[in-house]
Amino acid sequence: MAREAAVSKEKSTGNGTADGAGAQHSLPDKDTCHAVLAKMMLIRRFEERAGEMYAKAKIGGFLHLCIGEEATIVGSTQAMRDTDYLLSTYREHGQAIARGTPPKTVMAELFGRVDGCSKGRGGSMHLFDMERRFLGGYGIVGGNLPLATGVALQCEYNGTEDAVVCMFGDGATNQGTFGESMNMAALWKLPVVFMVINNQFGMGTALERHSAVTDLSKKAEGYGVPGSRCDGMDVLDVHSATTEALRKAREDRQPQLLEAVTYRFRGHSMADPEEYRSKDEVEEWRRRDPIASFSKRLVDEEMFSEEDLEKLDQEAMATVDEAVQFADNSPFPDLDSLYDNLYVLGEQVRGWWSVDERSPEPHRGEREREAGRVPHELAEAGAAYAGVAEAQERKRRQRQADEEHGEGEGEHAADPRDVEGGGD
Amino acid sequence: MRYREALNQALREELEADERVFIMGEDIGVFQGAFKVTAGLLEEFGDKRVRDTPISENTIVGVGVGSAMAGLRPVVELMTINFALLALDQIVNHAAAIHYMFGGQAKVPLVVRMPQGGGHQLGPTHSHSLEAMFLHVPGLLVAVPSTAADAKGLLKAAIQDDNPVIFIEHEYLYGQRGEVPENGGPMRFGEAAVRREGSDVTVVGISRMAVTAERAAERLAHEHELEAEVIDPRTLRPLDLDTILESVKKTNRAVIVEEGWPHGGVGANLAALIQEQAFDYLDAPVARVTGADVPMPYSKPLEQAAFPHEEHVVQACLALFKDL
Repeated sequence: MAREAAVSKEKSTGNGTADGAGAQHSLPDKDTCHAVLAKMMLIRRFEERAGEMYAKAKIGGFLHLCIGEEATIVGSTQAMRDTDYLLSTYREHGQAIARGTPPKTVMAELFGRVDGCSKGRGGSMHLFDMERRFLGGYGIVGGNLPLATGVALQCEYNGTEDAVVCMFGDGATNQGTFGESMNMAALWKLPVVFMVINNQFGMGTALERHSAVTDLSKKAEGYGVPGSRCDGMDVLDVHSATTEALRKAREDRQPQLLEAVTYRFRGHSMADPEEYRSKDEVEEWRRRDPIASFSKRLVDEEMFSEEDLEKLDQEAMATVDEAVQFADNSPFPDLDSLYDNLYVLGEQVRGWWSVDERSPEPHRGEREREAGRVPHELAEAGAAYAGVAEAQERKRRQRQADEEHGEGEGEHAADPRDVEGGGD
Repeated sequence: MRYREALNQALREELEADERVFIMGEDIGVFQGAFKVTAGLLEEFGDKRVRDTPISENTIVGVGVGSAMAGLRPVVELMTINFALLALDQIVNHAAAIHYMFGGQAKVPLVVRMPQGGGHQLGPTHSHSLEAMFLHVPGLLVAVPSTAADAKGLLKAAIQDDNPVIFIEHEYLYGQRGEVPENGGPMRFGEAAVRREGSDVTVVGISRMAVTAERAAERLAHEHELEAEVIDPRTLRPLDLDTILESVKKTNRAVIVEEGWPHGGVGANLAALIQEQAFDYLDAPVARVTGADVPMPYSKPLEQAAFPHEEHVVQACLALFKDL
């Protein structure tokens, strides 16, 4: 099997190498190739533009880009049924888009706008789309494994044929929830594929510096979860491996650990000076760019012409343009919505005021949307700082961008926001 | 009926009423529960609905959160409130945040039950009272029932509600008897009980301390001719502040009794709320009676010295009248 060839190649050279992939899978039909390439290109263009929007301070907080991991994302999600569930990490713009969440609502979420897919509450790290069973990006490393196990328990409990794919990074395999979830999923025979996206770094710590066992596909064997590995830079290999893992999880009720060996071309987040890896290493992996290599094959095998590729790329950029425009035109959430969706209102919580203690004025009997004078004034006073901070941030990032473009050996301003825990 | 039997009845009724309800936790099935709250349920409902779990608190709660998001109504038992500390990530970062941070798309109808409290010489890792820790977190509901009737009514309400509920029981209370209404339905969160009416001082007792406060009030009446009004909030989120404020406006004095630690405790919070909203009515500072500021010691005399008893409540109330 071709996948095994890829696996054994990885094993013989160890992790962190960037040599060519193993034996090739044959190409699927033209429509499938079109869909796969279009999604990968869209995700790439989306991420590039998100990076630009971050530099313009349109996006706040942390921004984790998945550039380089597109084959892993698209290859795996293409193997899922529409009724399957997906849970991901905080590096999940690509996953949401791959599952069909409109890029414009993803961009609006990054902009913190009311039309964002989490209504501006979650931001880049917490995208969500219930309709498409994309059950979230999660900001806590390893936090989503128990959740995915629970979703899989629901599939088993209700006797459905649905399965769950749970994605996390190499860093998450060191969390306690990794072992706990593997054990429980295997014990209860749950239909879940745990997919470790091994992009070689837990934030800035290289795989061999954070995990004693670097063949991550082996890390769950002791818990009764068989592992396999695929070439995360080859969309067809990822697709084939995920299809097989999902089949075993769904039909045999045997949870799987699938490792996709990949690489993120950008830093951990936008605030990453990348002092932990060499430019040569990045360059070496970039030569295996999953989009370029798949495109090349399509042209070499005469399924697509260069013009077809160009056309696809134009379409991707048009979609991203539209997304940015949509996000820009979407308003910020109303200040009086600050308490919305904190609780599900009903018999026990009749309104947000029944649990708020910030305002000394009585709330009982008010309608939910009417925050009352004091809470509204407090929110107004706080929100007034948003404009000030944004202007300062724009200046700071512009300065940083100028320095970087000026080829100055990256003197990275110390920014308290650069200190970040976790990693994948 | 004993408090633990009332809880068992609530679980049984909710398991019967709704196929989506299931319970899971460490040793709740074959072993029948560390405190026998789940006795007989495995036999009656089978291992799909009553699930023994490995010892993995964070993941047990997380599996509850995930299955709740996907449409089930899990009730998770943690063996003691101290063990809930292993699950704080799933409780605070996930259960409490998910409905809000995903813009209301997902609900987490999860109940996490756990006992707290000292008095059984279980030492510094099995005896604490940590309700203040959960009270702190927006997105959670917090129940602290002190009677068998409340235990049953509030647990039924918790299971039927669509929000994540931290349901705090008490090891001492499990064996206590109380009247439980036949065919009683769910109770409402956010409705305090006035356990005893009085006009001289308001005593608010949390969890087991509601019982201690009531006993202290009897002594105050018999030995000191003081009529204390005893209020059991029953739930801390939402909190029935109105009933407490109305009482304070009548008595002009307030004492809050809790078993937990003093700093950042329930009493600290309540004292702030009372002084913010009823300052003009107070004839004395709001007083607190709390557990000692130490990990719970094992040795019996030390342990008894480390949490409040009637005597402490009586003295705290009397102190409010000293300067008159």
